[in-house]
Amino acid sequence: MNQHSTNTDPPLLVRDMTVAYDKRPVLWDIDYASPPITRGHGSLTAIVGPNGAGKSTFIKACLGLLPVATGNVRFFGQPLAKARALVGYVPQRESVDWDFPVSVLDVVAMGRYRTLGWLSPVTRAAKAQALDALAHVGIDNLAHRQIGQLSGGQQQRVFIARALAQQARLYFMDEPFAGVDAATEQAIIAVLRSLRDQGVTVLVVHHDLQTVPTYFDHALLLNTRLIATGTIADAFTPTNLQRTYGGRLTLLEQASTALAQNIGPAGVRGQA
Amino acid sequence: MSQLTDILLLRAGYASTLVLVGSTLLGIAAGVVGVLALLRQRSLLADALAHATLPGLAAAFITAAALGIDGHALPVLLGGATLAGLLALSAVKLLQASPRITPDAALASVLASFFGAGVVLMTVVQNLDTGGQAGLERFIYGQAAAMQSHDVYIAALCSIVACALCLLLLKELRLVTFDPSFGRAIGRPISMLDALVLVLVLAVTVAGLQMVGLIMVVALQIVPAAAARFWTNRLGTMLVISGSIGGLSCAVGAAISASIPKAPTGAVIVLVAGVAFTISMLAAPRRGLLATALRRAGASLRISRAHALRSALERSEETGTPLHSPELLASPHTGGLQRFSLTCAGLLRRGALTDAGIAQARAATRAHRLWEQYLVARALHDPSHADLIADLVEHAATEADVQDLERELALPHAGTLPQSTHPLHAQQTGGST
Repeated sequence: MNQHSTNTDPPLLVRDMTVAYDKRPVLWDIDYASPPITRGHGSLTAIVGPNGAGKSTFIKACLGLLPVATGNVRFFGQPLAKARALVGYVPQRESVDWDFPVSVLDVVAMGRYRTLGWLSPVTRAAKAQALDALAHVGIDNLAHRQIGQLSGGQQQRVFIARALAQQARLYFMDEPFAGVDAATEQAIIAVLRSLRDQGVTVLVVHHDLQTVPTYFDHALLLNTRLIATGTIADAFTPTNLQRTYGGRLTLLEQASTALAQNIGPAGVRGQA
Repeated sequence: MSQLTDILLLRAGYASTLVLVGSTLLGIAAGVVGVLALLRQRSLLADALAHATLPGLAAAFITAAALGIDGHALPVLLGGATLAGLLALSAVKLLQASPRITPDAALASVLASFFGAGVVLMTVVQNLDTGGQAGLERFIYGQAAAMQSHDVYIAALCSIVACALCLLLLKELRLVTFDPSFGRAIGRPISMLDALVLVLVLAVTVAGLQMVGLIMVVALQIVPAAAARFWTNRLGTMLVISGSIGGLSCAVGAAISASIPKAPTGAVIVLVAGVAFTISMLAAPRRGLLATALRRAGASLRISRAHALRSALERSEETGTPLHSPELLASPHTGGLQRFSLTCAGLLRRGALTDAGIAQARAATRAHRLWEQYLVARALHDPSHADLIADLVEHAATEADVQDLERELALPHAGTLPQSTHPLHAQQTGGST
């Protein structure tokens, strides 16, 4: 456990964040505080919004991968430069070349690089931790495969394992459920839940509105501006979804079904 | 031929030994650095960089002439080339930062405009009083024979630095070439590592200008790296193989061109590297084209054998013909190629199934029927469809998969041959596939 988790600072605090590409704002004046860690439990937050709403941009701006026009970000009360060890990242699977000449273990061991010196080779301890992370996502038997030989679901597990190897207290995950098989989806959600139960905060860009209420306990609705944030019951409401997705009826229907299953049909009648 | 071996064994005198050693060292450096350029998808950038050195060379000569310095001096020329290369890099970076210019358009425009400027400046050089004999053309196509001892020192320095950096920073270079944004997220200064790779590319390019010329120097980096990729799935091994291919191509190319009067060394070296690439592409185990084709042919032969065995067994079930009878695999039922392949695999002797053949026929039929039953039971397929789909999956499945199926289906007698889900006469007989 980290000493910071006893402190009252939220795991992630974003103030006045504006990000613009070529003068057009992609994120506009975002103020967000992630749920506090309560009784040793973290949180699982779904970041939802239509395509182009700035979900990935939000993650990348928090991680300092994109320049922000204004605003600042604090992790457990610290700026990113001092909190790197506490922050983990799962990029989109398509962001890398899966024919690259590395083994699964090589990739997962990258999660330990931050703790290794520049000139140090990958140590035996780092490899053992990587193997341990692979076992958590159930593919330690594939450790020595070249990454190109894996299925899409297995590749996604490799990225999750690399993040686990980071041993962070806060994770950003960019569409970890995109294009994976059902078994992988269950394996990933099990990993996320066990992280939360260990007091870890996880923010996940998620596309399938149907599964938001079952997989997550909090939601962050985004469409250039922050539309709503809070627990599923407070934030993932039909009104907020309509404000996020506008008039896209098919998506609203999806959400209504999901809500009907979780909250009951009375809550959605007025909207659909 | 004996002249060629003399040169390769460094017995052909000082000048050719110098060229051979220098080009080999440079080839090693280029091969190693090329892996990084290739994997970071900077091959075209390396090419643009090389072409951009031309105006640098010419401008350096003109400036030196204007200042009254000897423009032929190599440090002056290579200094100019380096500066022009850096300028081209910044130009590419500037253009690529604009959202309206695609990265390849930025590269193409920088490559062409720098080279164009170089060609114009070359005519200026020709018209200078001292310029007529400048000999700058040798940097365009290369002229390895002009190599001197200090060129060998530069080449040696390049390859030592490149190899040492790759050895020390292998882990970081893997990170920056594989997933730069993850690298940045864990706090690594990725732009610095990127710059380091580009500086190495620039150094090898400038050092290789005299030998292979600015048009072909990119091949010295990219061709060995692309060839090495066929032989391995590990970055470290790829660096070693690419460096070796680069060094060997240069040594062999330099030796060949030294033994043929007036042969263009740079072009011969690039051709030798091209041959190494072609051999790698064809003959490399696993990733090579031949290995891939053989693997496919082997798989289809295996599938065709399984089909022949299964239809023989089903024919025996149907007609009561004993399994050891040659009739089961006689001509109309089983193709000649299938019989030949079965015989080679020891499953058939004098036209009749051996014990091993019978065991395999049972295993193939069992796997097929279990898949059929599974598909019918779990996916509600029409039994005749189940036959076709089972055909698609059964050959890819392992014995462990089949045992899982058996458990899943909870069959009473594990390991025995289950019944077919459909009448057997509906089944296609083996034939040639």
